Amino acid sequence: MTSDLHKPGAALAAGTSADPWATPPADPDGETYYLNMGPQHPSMHGVLRLLLELRGEEIVKCEPIIGYAHRAHEKMAENRNYMMFLPNTSRVDYLSGMIYNIAYCQAVEKMLAIEVPERAEHIRVIVCELNRVSSHLLWFGTFLLDLGGITPFLYSFDDREQILSILDRVTGSRLTYCYGRFGGVTEDVDKKFLDETTAFLARLRGRMAEYHALVTDNVIFRSRCEGVGVIDRETAIEYGVTGPTLRAAGVPYDVRRAEPYGIYDRFEFDIPTASGADNLARYYVRVAEMEQSMRIIEQAIAKIPDGPIMPEKALKRFKPDVGEHYFAVESARGQFGIYIVSDGSDVPFRIKLRTPSFSNLACMPDVLRGTMVADTIAILGSIDIVLPEVDR
Amino acid sequence: MLKTLSDLVPNVFLAMLLAAAAIMAFATVNALFLVWLERKVSARMQRRYGPTVVGPFGMFQTLVDVVKLLSKQLISPKDIDKPLYHLAPIVVFVPVVLGLSLFPIDKSFALVDTNVGLVLVFAFAGMGFIAIFMAGWGSNNKYALLGAMRAVAQNIAYEIPLILAALAVTMIARSMRIADIVEAQGSFPYILVQPIGALIYYISAVAETNRAPFDIPEAESELVAGFHTEYSGMRFALFFLAEYTNMVIVSMVATSLFLGGYKGPLLPGPVWFFGKVYFLIFVMLWLRWTFPRLRFDQLMTFAWKVLIPLALANLLVTATVLKVMS
Repeated sequence: MTSDLHKPGAALAAGTSADPWATPPADPDGETYYLNMGPQHPSMHGVLRLLLELRGEEIVKCEPIIGYAHRAHEKMAENRNYMMFLPNTSRVDYLSGMIYNIAYCQAVEKMLAIEVPERAEHIRVIVCELNRVSSHLLWFGTFLLDLGGITPFLYSFDDREQILSILDRVTGSRLTYCYGRFGGVTEDVDKKFLDETTAFLARLRGRMAEYHALVTDNVIFRSRCEGVGVIDRETAIEYGVTGPTLRAAGVPYDVRRAEPYGIYDRFEFDIPTASGADNLARYYVRVAEMEQSMRIIEQAIAKIPDGPIMPEKALKRFKPDVGEHYFAVESARGQFGIYIVSDGSDVPFRIKLRTPSFSNLACMPDVLRGTMVADTIAILGSIDIVLPEVDR
Repeated sequence: MLKTLSDLVPNVFLAMLLAAAAIMAFATVNALFLVWLERKVSARMQRRYGPTVVGPFGMFQTLVDVVKLLSKQLISPKDIDKPLYHLAPIVVFVPVVLGLSLFPIDKSFALVDTNVGLVLVFAFAGMGFIAIFMAGWGSNNKYALLGAMRAVAQNIAYEIPLILAALAVTMIARSMRIADIVEAQGSFPYILVQPIGALIYYISAVAETNRAPFDIPEAESELVAGFHTEYSGMRFALFFLAEYTNMVIVSMVATSLFLGGYKGPLLPGPVWFFGKVYFLIFVMLWLRWTFPRLRFDQLMTFAWKVLIPLALANLLVTATVLKVMS
């Protein structure tokens, strides 16, 4: 079925029912029609294309078609040395770029067995968790936007802007950070950074109460979310769904706790889960995760020691031994894995990025079957995919 | 004594010309003002400033936007149903403008005064959906078609409670002449007599104007722009103009039926009338910028299972009470 779509002209014409290249309809009675949602659609998250077969407004079949934002990051990795791949990492998922950037550094450090100074580890935790909060805040706004509520979007972007400014002062970028280095971070943080972060956390706590009053208890919001887009435990595990989407199905799996990396084993935090597995459950889990991230940041700020931020002898060019290494972190969307194959040269033989959005998106055809067109966008929004991360 | 334009101007053609000019001027200026108001109100609710550059408080921003819309190319998509597609923006606009003429804005003045004013208002309002369906059908676009189908279903569903609520009022006032209904509300408005009816009317009215949280036919995040997806430039502007004028009309009906129209202490009648109308419009803006959108089936369920039974019960109770009291 899918192969037909790749014939010439199919991408342009598949939306019309008279199109000979279109996939055969699931319902042969002719009661259904196709709707081509995306890649250009005002609320598609990125350039995802959904080929929907509809009966009235009910979805009979859904086929996600990806690849419109493919930038060949994995191929680029094979043509440059380890250091030169650093700026690519934050561009894979530009909404949690810091987590990806640090994750790549940590993967290389694991491969080379480099010790990271204590202060650098604490800084990494603070900036990564700030990044997670900013990613969730953006999700909060766009999810409400998908449901037709415009005002919460601007509120949450106001808060997110504070994080971007705080990180901008330290890293020099607002979105696509290149802050990590093998063995540490580029710039040390000052007292002002820590104070600003503490002030921001206090501010966000107050704002969260406002969000709950405006959104969480809203009747329309609840009726749009409760029981909609159920990704149950079995489906989620089968498709390799991770992150808040998996935790909303009641599986308390978080890489930070399951396979602690960095210094995450030293912090106290809960893994929020919910049992509904629907839009509302995913909403609850993400909102609760923001609170947990704030807890982690507070502990890290309290414990941050003085000292160097890089090892004494910084690595620039190096040739790792022949071998394969896998390293996984918890990004804002789920498990982000980096698989590095080294052939002994200073250029990686292969880097494979296991991005959570790809697996999370894969269950869409199953989940969307039988739902309404109006829910498509809501469900997609609740899963929080980032298309460039799917395509890489 | 209520005077109409034909009483004041002896020549009938001159009167018609004047009425048309007055209505068009009001509709246009009102839409310009409302779009500006909507931008300002939404901006303030979202901690922004809204338009500030063109004119005092950015008031002329919408005027400049109209110039932009007028100068834009009119694009017609391939394989459209030409008569339907081209007629729709006019058909949507004309009845809405006609509806404006029927309301007494003061004790002594209305543009047109007929003894079936209320029926005419709802009849004109009902014509708008034909235009929306024409636009959706003629555009050769699936989003537009879906939006049009939703619009028709929604408007049929919400017109019933709307009219049932209005019917209860006409039963009390014993007239369908809008001026009579206003006059019948002696010292207290009908919202005190008919609180449930007023609420049903207002909810249905917001749905009738396709405004959020009932903006299902043009649900931006699902249907791109719904029935007017394929309209650009001034054709789009006409749909826009009709939507904003429609808001005024349903608010004028609400003002006349439930809030005592032009009545009020101290200030002159037109001030009270337009003050009440724009207050109701402000509430509509408030709703739009606060709530997320309902889903289509939830919207229909709400109309058929909640509003219509409630409106019927309201009508029945009103009739019984009237009978017993007489």
